[in-house]
Amino acid sequence: MVRRNLVGWAFLAPLVAYLLLCYGYPLLTTLDLSLRDYTVRTFVHGGAPVTGLANYITVFTDPVFRTAMLNTVVFTVVSLVFQYGIGLALAVFFSRHFRLSATLRALFLVPWLLPLIVSASTWAWMFTSEAGVVNAALSWFGVDGVNWLTSPDWSLVSVIVANIWIGIPFNLVVLYSGLRNIPAEVHEASALDGASSWQTFRHVTFPMLRPVSTVTLLLGLVYTLKVFDIIWIMTRGGPSGSSTTLATWSYELGFGSMLPRFGPSSAVGNVLILLAVAVGLVYVRVQRRQEAS
Amino acid sequence: MTRPWWRTAVGLLLTGVMLFPVYWMVNVSLTPPGEMRKSPPDLFPGSPTFDGYARVLDEQLPYFGTSLLVGLGTVVLTLVLAAPAAYSLAKLRPRGRGPLTFVLLVAQMIPGIIMALGLYGIYVKLGITNTVWGLVFADSTIAVPFAVLILTSFMSSVPDEIVQAARIDGAGPFRAFWSVVLPASRNGVVTAGLFAFLWAWSDFVFAATLDSGGPMQPLTLGIYRYIGNNNQEWNAIMATAVVASVPATMLLVLAQRFVAAGITSGAVKD
Repeated sequence: MVRRNLVGWAFLAPLVAYLLLCYGYPLLTTLDLSLRDYTVRTFVHGGAPVTGLANYITVFTDPVFRTAMLNTVVFTVVSLVFQYGIGLALAVFFSRHFRLSATLRALFLVPWLLPLIVSASTWAWMFTSEAGVVNAALSWFGVDGVNWLTSPDWSLVSVIVANIWIGIPFNLVVLYSGLRNIPAEVHEASALDGASSWQTFRHVTFPMLRPVSTVTLLLGLVYTLKVFDIIWIMTRGGPSGSSTTLATWSYELGFGSMLPRFGPSSAVGNVLILLAVAVGLVYVRVQRRQEAS
Repeated sequence: MTRPWWRTAVGLLLTGVMLFPVYWMVNVSLTPPGEMRKSPPDLFPGSPTFDGYARVLDEQLPYFGTSLLVGLGTVVLTLVLAAPAAYSLAKLRPRGRGPLTFVLLVAQMIPGIIMALGLYGIYVKLGITNTVWGLVFADSTIAVPFAVLILTSFMSSVPDEIVQAARIDGAGPFRAFWSVVLPASRNGVVTAGLFAFLWAWSDFVFAATLDSGGPMQPLTLGIYRYIGNNNQEWNAIMATAVVASVPATMLLVLAQRFVAAGITSGAVKD
């Protein structure tokens, strides 16, 4: 038994070393960064004075914090609601058999696989004020165009739209596999009892899908919290902070200008980590409970 | 029962709407720069030009080379670390593996931007910013936890009897791993490798923070520079975007079922 444990950990040793080196050490570095007052000079040569929680206080009292926090919540909640809603509707649609069903479902994966910089720059060009295809489409319906990316009222909406588009495939695939795992007899029984397809969905399918839905939404929550590329490439968090989230703010503080503020940047980053890990813990609990039942 | 042609028609329409941005990217990549600001824009490239693609070949080729190198390096590093670990978790099941699995789950929740900050601090001290293998190490952090977890679930489904039979025939734990379990979980290896490659290929955060100078930059930075420098040349930007999407599209065609399998077993999108 002892031998088996030894052999087992021998196979795990490279991974453990890797985790300590590539996760543990960087995360400690971020923690250290957030507790010191760094300048470009002390960053390279060391010797930055320890300032305790000063960076956290700086960040919390910055008016941008409120905006970033609020935007993060709006971005995450609205994205999740639409990704899940559209994903579920599509999953139900594709769970019926029809010609080309499998091929079309595969094509729906494309947005999920494209590099984010590709999707983000494509959406950025589609949203351009003049000559953008979105405004052109609106004008066919007699609606006035909008300065999607450059107006503080619309920048957040633009990045949310792009993010929803990117998230639909994930929701579709996971919910589709969830639907496939519900035995067909359940639906037949419900139909024999005279339930309409909407009633069957509401009272039978949807409740049975709940474990899968919970996992989908929790994973979606974790991924959406850390979305950075899409927002940064489309709007850089602007104009005037109107589409800044915690993730883009952290990047902007650390890498967005010639005068990096690594301390506050890491402080924001660590707040984000706390949020993500909190969601992660809920996820693990839910998964344990599902495995138990 | 229901009329299948009706569903097919709706399905085609929905797919068309969903893939419109992809079509638009191709359309813009073929539109001559002079017609780019036309309002309303042309829905089809009336007089298509391949200038954008010519410029990609001209200016962006080195970026693609770097991305390919980084992508393949990440796949190798990820599999070398993840496959033995997954074998241990699935078949040897040593005491104390629970906390490790938990760490792997949590590792997937950590935002890339925070990893980038920490790694940047370390890379600057060690003087390894702007190196290909620096980027390989950084990009592997996206894929390793996922690869271990997915390979563990694939390897768990290899019957214990086969492994025991090999052991009785005198194979050591390494032989059992290399000649029995690994070949039997080929699909898992393909899935993990595929995602490792795609994530490294698409990575922007690590590239922008750890590799923004020097001769070896990946294509995501190439596109980013294009957007910053020549704001007018969307034809060339979109041509680069189309070419950058080729691996993803090829992988989708070649490995459709692996991709779906990967997502359903708890995939991570960064």
